[in-house]
Amino acid sequence: MQPLLRVENLVKHYAAGRSAGSGEKLAALDGVSLSIPPQGTLALVGESGSGKSTLALCIACLEHPSSGSIWFEGVDVAALDENKRRNVRPQIQLVFQDPASSLNPRWTALEIVSEPFSVQRRFTNQERAEKSYALLERVGLPRKMAHRRATELSGGQKQRLAIARTLALEPKLIILDEALSALDCSVQAQISNLLLELQASLGLTYLFITHDFAMAAHLADQIAVMDRGRIVESGPTNEILSSPNHEATRSLIAATPPYTETSGMRVNL
Amino acid sequence: MRYLLRRTFHAVFLLFGVSLLTFLFSSLTPGNYFDEMRLNPQIAPETVAALRAQYQLDRPLPVRYVHWLNAVAHGELGFSFAYNSPVGPLLWVRARNTLLLTVTATLLAWMLALPLGVWSASRLGRAPDRVLSGATATLLVIPDLVLALGLLIFAVRTGWFPTGGLVSVGFESFSPLHKLRDLALHMTLPVITLVLSALPTLVRHVRASVAEVLEAPFLKAALGHGLPHRKLLYSYALRAAANPLISLFGFSIGTLLSGSLLIEVVMSWPGLGPLLLEAILARDLYVVVGAVLLSMLFLVAGNLVADALLYWADPRIRTTASAK
Repeated sequence: MQPLLRVENLVKHYAAGRSAGSGEKLAALDGVSLSIPPQGTLALVGESGSGKSTLALCIACLEHPSSGSIWFEGVDVAALDENKRRNVRPQIQLVFQDPASSLNPRWTALEIVSEPFSVQRRFTNQERAEKSYALLERVGLPRKMAHRRATELSGGQKQRLAIARTLALEPKLIILDEALSALDCSVQAQISNLLLELQASLGLTYLFITHDFAMAAHLADQIAVMDRGRIVESGPTNEILSSPNHEATRSLIAATPPYTETSGMRVNL
Repeated sequence: MRYLLRRTFHAVFLLFGVSLLTFLFSSLTPGNYFDEMRLNPQIAPETVAALRAQYQLDRPLPVRYVHWLNAVAHGELGFSFAYNSPVGPLLWVRARNTLLLTVTATLLAWMLALPLGVWSASRLGRAPDRVLSGATATLLVIPDLVLALGLLIFAVRTGWFPTGGLVSVGFESFSPLHKLRDLALHMTLPVITLVLSALPTLVRHVRASVAEVLEAPFLKAALGHGLPHRKLLYSYALRAAANPLISLFGFSIGTLLSGSLLIEVVMSWPGLGPLLLEAILARDLYVVVGAVLLSMLFLVAGNLVADALLYWADPRIRTTASAK
């Protein structure tokens, strides 16, 4: 089967030091390749600073890679110009780590969920409201929350809201960039179950970025381990867990608590 | 609404306090308008004493203040010794001229600062941003006075602009269009000086506020929904960065106003500035108090406008204010 997303040899340099063009370059991504089949979930696991978020921004067409290609549905989106990239963006949505800063603090939940519609100028006001209420319900936010401001919601509710917003434009790929890391254990379990349920009913494809192996094992069928801008190990989840080869993988596994009863995620490591 | 009412109440209270302090300080300074007369041997001491009594300068300070407050309540601002006329009409004409400068300069400065700041923030650290930052830093270290003198020299050398005054001789006989052109020409130099003096601060604040919100994930998310980059900058980012900028707007009116008083003196613009200076030198008490109070009134009004804008722009202020 043709993968939905195939990243080939992706490189992203940032200028090091104060002034750009001084010649010194810092490689955030150093030849990354990966692929995700339609409706699959790939967990990208790595320490902070290993380049995971840069990769997420490049795939979401929010950063330009220095070289390499990103094939999405058979099109190399890294080679497109800004106007065409803008048309691709709605199909690849990002959920950020910090739900508080990813939601406009001035807006109500309803305004936030319907914002993608107004950016895309889709539907009438009436239809937008109906669809927004339906989205809120879809992610388990009660109707009375619709008129609360983002700042008045709890962490878990904020992340549900952020997920509802990404669903608005019916994307094919959702990138979850440490989307559960800022939440409590019990809330993490609820949201990850919501994600699994949404995937099953809407046929979504996930790129799940995390530093937590237990979470990765719960959600993903494939795991790629990232270290200093490179993918050092990848394969099916249980293979990586049972026989980790690379040192970075072993240290990440060692850093994960064996299993947590409350979170409902039992992983034998 | 209660938020705005409370703000208005604060403003009135502030004006009251300022009037009291101005009155107190200008009364405490040694000497008064009639002291020079006393040195003149041709004027009898009795005459001076009679004048002092006529203007109630021999009464104790609290009595005079209450008397003055009473006059203000009736729409009179006291009496000018030097001009031998009521202060009110004297101030209004001058205040109108000052406002003409300040309002024009404030609007122009903001109209320039917003696009420049946003443009700079969107190119943070790159060549255009660094050039602009260098330019604003240079402008920032040049004192207003040097700017004004430089422009005056320029006007004298080229003869393109009049070097002082509000209008040319014979203004009354000009056609309406000619009148407008004449006024605009006279305004050009003082307005340019004021705009240049305010611009660097404003541009730098706009740049910093917008650069800060541009990092916010919710703007990245909006971009991810397919928002065009230009709209992201000028609509989303500018609105998200609005709060500190609106407060700065109120503050900028204050700086431009006090800047204007100085520039008016240097460029002989018949505003409150020269009037206030002469009044202070001549110890023309009620003119000083009136002029200070009027400037303060503009400042307070500007800040009230900023408060109202803030209330209108940010729903969070509305909800917290009505919850209280």
